[in-house]
Amino acid sequence: MGRKHLIVLGMMVVIIFGLVACEKLLPSAPADDSVLDGPIEGLTPEQSVQFLRGDVAFNDEIFTPETGLGPLFVATSCGTCHAGDGKGHPFTTLTRFGQRDSIGNQFLHLGGPQLQNRAIYNYLPENIPAGATFSKFTPPANTGLGLLDAVTDTDLLLLADPDDIDGDGISGRPNWVALPLYATTRPNSIIRNGKYIGRFGKKASTYDLLQQTATAYSQDIGIASTYEPYDTYHGQLIDPEVSNQTIIDVVFYLKTLKAPIQRNAGNPDVVAGKNIFTQISCGKCHVPEMKTGASTISALSFKTFAPYTDMLLHDMGPGLDDGYTEGTAVSSEWRTPPLWGIGLSKKSQGGQYFLLHDGRARSIEEAILLHGGEAQNSKISYQELTATEKAKLIKFLESL
Amino acid sequence: MKRIIALLVFYVLLVQVAFAQIDPELLRRVPAKADSLSLNMDAVYDRPFLQIGKTPVALGGYVEANYQYLGENGISEGHQFKMQRLTLFVASSISKRIKFLTEIEFEDGTKEINIEFASVDFEFAPLLNFRGGIVMNPIGAFNQNHDGPKWEFVDRPISATQMLPATWSNVGFGIYGKKYNTDWVYAYEAYLTNGFDDKIIANTQNRTFLPATKENKDRFEESFNGSPLLTAKVAVRNRKIGELGLSFMGGIYNKFQEDGIILDKKRAVNVVAVDFNTTIPELKTYINAEWAWINVDIPDTYTEQFGRKQQGGFIDFVQPLLKRPMFGFESAVLNAALRLEYVDWNKGKFKSTGSNISDEVFSIVPAISWRPTAQTVIRFNYRYNWQKDILGNPPSRLGGFQFGISTYF
Repeated sequence: MGRKHLIVLGMMVVIIFGLVACEKLLPSAPADDSVLDGPIEGLTPEQSVQFLRGDVAFNDEIFTPETGLGPLFVATSCGTCHAGDGKGHPFTTLTRFGQRDSIGNQFLHLGGPQLQNRAIYNYLPENIPAGATFSKFTPPANTGLGLLDAVTDTDLLLLADPDDIDGDGISGRPNWVALPLYATTRPNSIIRNGKYIGRFGKKASTYDLLQQTATAYSQDIGIASTYEPYDTYHGQLIDPEVSNQTIIDVVFYLKTLKAPIQRNAGNPDVVAGKNIFTQISCGKCHVPEMKTGASTISALSFKTFAPYTDMLLHDMGPGLDDGYTEGTAVSSEWRTPPLWGIGLSKKSQGGQYFLLHDGRARSIEEAILLHGGEAQNSKISYQELTATEKAKLIKFLESL
Repeated sequence: MKRIIALLVFYVLLVQVAFAQIDPELLRRVPAKADSLSLNMDAVYDRPFLQIGKTPVALGGYVEANYQYLGENGISEGHQFKMQRLTLFVASSISKRIKFLTEIEFEDGTKEINIEFASVDFEFAPLLNFRGGIVMNPIGAFNQNHDGPKWEFVDRPISATQMLPATWSNVGFGIYGKKYNTDWVYAYEAYLTNGFDDKIIANTQNRTFLPATKENKDRFEESFNGSPLLTAKVAVRNRKIGELGLSFMGGIYNKFQEDGIILDKKRAVNVVAVDFNTTIPELKTYINAEWAWINVDIPDTYTEQFGRKQQGGFIDFVQPLLKRPMFGFESAVLNAALRLEYVDWNKGKFKSTGSNISDEVFSIVPAISWRPTAQTVIRFNYRYNWQKDILGNPPSRLGGFQFGISTYF
């Protein structure tokens, strides 16, 4: 073997082992605070395994007609609507229909309350029935849901002021909802006229993450389960198309997704923006701090966190009144959406903002300016800020 | 499955008989016939074979084994060793102008066993040959010219295997022919075969995905909808300029009727592909490229998740660096190579926003390959992919190193 050959061979070996050893040439992980997915800290090994099972079911399991998709549906998987566990895009926005009054949805026999606007081949999707009002719901981010789920009813009621006794113009109230038969109530739940506090959904009409998950499988993907066993097309009782274990795993996954991590929290402009946020009373509904009670998942027990929501219904004025009522939440009432993670929304919405309940606001500022009703005073206060103050407030919100 | 086992048993017996009863000196290596006027359509027969004396049967095959260390967004599956594929060929000259060739492939161990090609060719005239059996549909170039040892890259092109369904073969019949004219050769192929099914828009890839049809194990014994798939290609090659191919594949993919009851209108899938390869004379740089466009008639009421239009392709550059005896191999070659590839699985705009639908991947693969002989390659690749989801969110980045060997035997 000649010297040149040895040199070539040596070079190849050095290149191969050098490159293999050099992890730096592999794509690096994005910073933890720049993504929404990932588990909360403190899960046990068996909980981590269940989290991973739920992750696969949520993000990787694609339904086809063979595995139960539809026949009417909105999306083919959970992850389709919640890319990276973040806010959704108008492409998968849900439409709910019903009527303005709160006597109960009169269109259930016509496929209500949710419109399945897509269908597998050889079927026709639903249309909004004549006479029905409707509202569009952009899919929310999934993060930190377990923390919100573990807040006690008592704490939520302490935030409520349905008669505006303090006279600040803000009168949050819970949406009292009837439970599905399969629901298990939280310890120390507060009951009013046989109803419980709803926490999830744009109008807080969903009691817990099990109801949210089973309903989403049924209404969004057309997948029947033992929890929601009726086919959305015929309305007939059919065999389950997803196992109880999978649903339980997905619920666990949703409960144990980490809370969004604030970025640049110490930046002077961000600090100033947070002060302005408090000063103009945004924080009266978008409550900056909450705490959990006891949870069967110890990593969720007695935690203090910063969701920027009170999970209560507020009248947002005529501009956001779509004429659609859900449960006791009248058409102008919306649950305060958590603001955590709002700065990362663009990363799951295709590089653009689609904010408010239906994605109509294309920037954070536009979302603020579309506030009305109980938030009217805060909006006016925002409009009176200087450009610099507005920029600081926006910078703070983008840091969440 | 029984047929595959029978073929395998036949193959093993043949080899055993050859080695047990025939003087090994009678085993004759028949080199690949590739010359400067060979076309991609010739690839199926332009392979090295082992012939036993003057028997009309020739045997061959190739093997590919790989190692890879890849990471996606900072998470790696670690060191992966993979038996990519083992392919066996049996060719037979039934008479002077009737021949048979089959290609049986074992992929990922024995996870997939496929008859990729099993056809009888009848030569009536150079411009008129008849082929029947399991044929490789001549769409693009890679589908017909896909043998591992011919390529400097560990992975097959994404556009060929994840957009087009390579290796894509079906039962059917067709004709082909060639005409030579000093420095030129002109060729055509046209086949009618079984075709696609509705899995192309109902699959767990969550996108329009032509390769999903290959999950249908019945496709070699019956057509999904009774409509044939037409695949046709014309190609021209100049000894100095290179080869240009233009191909079309089209048919109906949905079950539009059953038991005489009309279920839907006929929905078409159409593919157009162009391929080109050449060698730059001065530099000896080999360039090989393929691009394809796909149109699928998808019901308006279905989800936009499944694209109506797709496009993608790849371009390979292979530059010989050293061509000389190395380590006792008389005709060894050391190459540097580069592959650029792109696939857009969903070309269009969202109805709701008018913004671009993404679902695309861009990949760059620099490579070093060493060929101790023309039939054997040792290759080292670095792969980097940027893949965007349907919404165009920040891309998922996959990268890492791949090492592999591939050889005809």
